[in-house]
Amino acid sequence: MGSPSHFTAVLLFALFASVVFGITQRETPRRMVRYGLYCFVLFVGSAIVLSWAMYLIAR
Amino acid sequence: MSFPVGHPARSRFCLPLVRYSQEGMATTPNNKATGGSGFVYLPLILGWLVPGAGHFLLRKWGRGALLAVSILGMFTIGIAMQGKLYAGAHDILEMLGLAGDLGNGLLYFVSRAAGWGADQITVTTGDYGTRFIVVAGLLNVIAAVDAHNLRTGRKA
Repeated sequence: MGSPSHFTAVLLFALFASVVFGITQRETPRRMVRYGLYCFVLFVGSAIVLSWAMYLIAR
Repeated sequence: MSFPVGHPARSRFCLPLVRYSQEGMATTPNNKATGGSGFVYLPLILGWLVPGAGHFLLRKWGRGALLAVSILGMFTIGIAMQGKLYAGAHDILEMLGLAGDLGNGLLYFVSRAAGWGADQITVTTGDYGTRFIVVAGLLNVIAAVDAHNLRTGRKA
């Protein structure tokens, strides 16, 4: 079974963690979806920003 | 400033303040959400042993299915990436890793018994896989506590 690429791993991690956070931290379905999306964007966005920051620092 | 009970100014000034202070509190139990009688910790224990089972017990089918798919998916991907299953607690980091892994409940014990997962990390993605397994366990603990909160009526 092939392993996912680094970015795919980030996306999968963000997806699964966001689903659990959304369901457990909010009460209504609408707010669950909104909070899940919010967490997903923060996970992926912070990974991209930190990656670029490390790339620029290492140059 | 205080007004005696029955004074018109009391309802005008005091009660809105009381109402406002109660609105901000999230500690009022919601008895409608309780899952009937029985052992109150059953959803917590069942949710820990099998991901999503605590929610299934409370007839929260959709939430339970999503939680089960997410936690099982994360654990499976961690195993597929040849992540390490912590077995001993020789130092503080291994102890924390073991605590996270134990959060997976039966998944952890079945995987240990079946010999899944790596003993030593030999591939690049193995380190990510190890984190996936640990985080799956931590998410399962959060889900089990959520099932317990639904059972006690702390959450709707």
